[in-house]
Amino acid sequence: MFAKTLLGASLLASMTILSSAALAQTIGFSQIGSESGWRAAETTITKQQAEKRGIDLKFSDAQQKQENQIKALRSFIAQGVDAILVAPVVATGWDAVLKEAKEAEIPVILLDRMVDSDKDLYLTAVGSDLVHEGEVAGKWLVDDAAGKECNVVELQGTTGSSPAIDRKKGFEQGIAGAANIKIIRSQTGDFTRAKGKEVMESFLKAENGGKNICALYAHNDDMAVGAIQAIKEAGLKPGTDIKIVSIDAVPDIFQAMAAGEANATVELTPNMAGPAFDALKAFKDNGTMPPKFIQTESKLYTQKDDPAKEYEARKGLGY
Amino acid sequence: MNGTLARFARRIAPQLITLAVVVAMIGIVFPGFFDISIANGRLYGSPVDILNRGAPVALLAIGMTLVIATGGIDLSVGAVMAICGAIAATLIVEGYSLPATLALSLGAGLLCGLWNGILVAVLGIQPIVATLILMVAGRGIAQLVTEGMIRTFSHDGFASLGSGNLLWLPTPVVIWICAGILATLIVRRTALGMLIEAVGINRRASMLAGVNARLLLVTVYMVSGLCAAMAGIIVTADIRGADANNAGLFLELDAILAVVVGGTSLLGGHFSLIASLIGAMIIQAINTGILVAGFPPEFNLVIKACIVLAILVLQSPALQGAAILFSRAKGQP
Repeated sequence: MFAKTLLGASLLASMTILSSAALAQTIGFSQIGSESGWRAAETTITKQQAEKRGIDLKFSDAQQKQENQIKALRSFIAQGVDAILVAPVVATGWDAVLKEAKEAEIPVILLDRMVDSDKDLYLTAVGSDLVHEGEVAGKWLVDDAAGKECNVVELQGTTGSSPAIDRKKGFEQGIAGAANIKIIRSQTGDFTRAKGKEVMESFLKAENGGKNICALYAHNDDMAVGAIQAIKEAGLKPGTDIKIVSIDAVPDIFQAMAAGEANATVELTPNMAGPAFDALKAFKDNGTMPPKFIQTESKLYTQKDDPAKEYEARKGLGY
Repeated sequence: MNGTLARFARRIAPQLITLAVVVAMIGIVFPGFFDISIANGRLYGSPVDILNRGAPVALLAIGMTLVIATGGIDLSVGAVMAICGAIAATLIVEGYSLPATLALSLGAGLLCGLWNGILVAVLGIQPIVATLILMVAGRGIAQLVTEGMIRTFSHDGFASLGSGNLLWLPTPVVIWICAGILATLIVRRTALGMLIEAVGINRRASMLAGVNARLLLVTVYMVSGLCAAMAGIIVTADIRGADANNAGLFLELDAILAVVVGGTSLLGGHFSLIASLIGAMIIQAINTGILVAGFPPEFNLVIKACIVLAILVLQSPALQGAAILFSRAKGQP
């Protein structure tokens, strides 16, 4: 009887070794939800990246609730996955479940957002630097204006949100050296098209029918798309009379760029999973510890970068 | 007849004075406010913007006034806007004709109103709870319709409902003014307005007097749904896309505020559609004024809250009573 149990146990053990030796990794991914088009695109790309690498991705949608995410993480741990990706919905309250993952020796990688927990509790975090995004947009405008006087109006994100604060700060850093560029008006457009349009209308009225405005900086593309309509309805040419630079690189802004109505956008890439999988592979294969924060590239797209093709490439991602 | 007119003038005088004061204040902060020119075949200027941007709240206020007059409230109008906008954008993308799209999305608004009306009038659920259900669920329904993304379209006929011109005015302005006139004529040229007030003051008594209160209640919620559908169509047409997350977000609160600023009691009873519409314009004048004045955005809500507070304090029964006492004391020899 004892021998039989021993035999069974050793058989089981060898099977476990075999399965973990096999390349097919199982990775759990706890996503916040699908509150925005960008989030949906991130989910689509994460699934694509996993498929490309032959990873078995277990996907869990938390529908904006942390308790669902913690539940998903616990179930991933119970299933004994090889690693966990999580896009945390809030920054606090992760200590306990991250410790459980650490005890089970399952590496956790944070996507897109950070947590307040001890840095030892997760392998690495992949994300974008919001200040840097704003800076890239500001530098583009400095280059484009080439020393000429340029009055900028700014459409901020939701007042008090971290993207709004950081993208504003970054843009101001980007134009800091250029005395010819001045922000003359700055107002919140709540990250939406409708508010972007309404606020731009008031900017145009307040600044001599738009004649004083040389460029618009919008904290996201949706507000820029709304503002473009307001500029057109005021009888001006967006992209020529008023330059437009924004952030996110959603498909619709490429359509506007292809039509010559927008000038530049800074990409907030939804491909956070690619760098995460790469770091994980290096860690599993060679034991290389990744840095605690992997910054994704904030790539600048202008009208020269074949916007029509970029639009085609992005429109199917669920934005 | 003259008496009626004088009573009407006295009824809307506080709202008109408030609107004039708000507009004058904006004129002081932003001197270019009153510049109106003709561009692209329509009047162009900040006052026109107020009329135009105030269209969704004005339309919502028409339905909301009738609902509030019956002693109810409709919290779902913002979500109904999102649903109807999502349906309209989806249908136009699918290639339906403009009349069919409009008919179906307005029908969806009526259906939402019917749902609220049945919950309130037939099942007897309190209006604030009954309409809360659709307020929460409605945005989810809208997201299901748009599949979670901003559904954009390029149909010029449909887009002109939001950003086109009619009679040198933006189309939404013409729509809400016509809707306001039509609704006023219907409730004031027939007994309907009086019946609504009767139900609002005492539903039981009016039923005993032979008013079909149940049918009347369902009807006002359907009118509210229809108004919300029109507002949803306008905002969708305006940005050429249905944004299920943000279309009409918190507008139910602005609509209720417009009715309250318009002097209709939340307890139901006497109402004035025109005063509510002026109330909607007061709110939009504040919003537009803040935008053109160039204050930092952190101050937007505080400024708005202070102005609204001042208006409501001026209209409060305590202060009105004091004013009457004061004028009587002065009038005595």
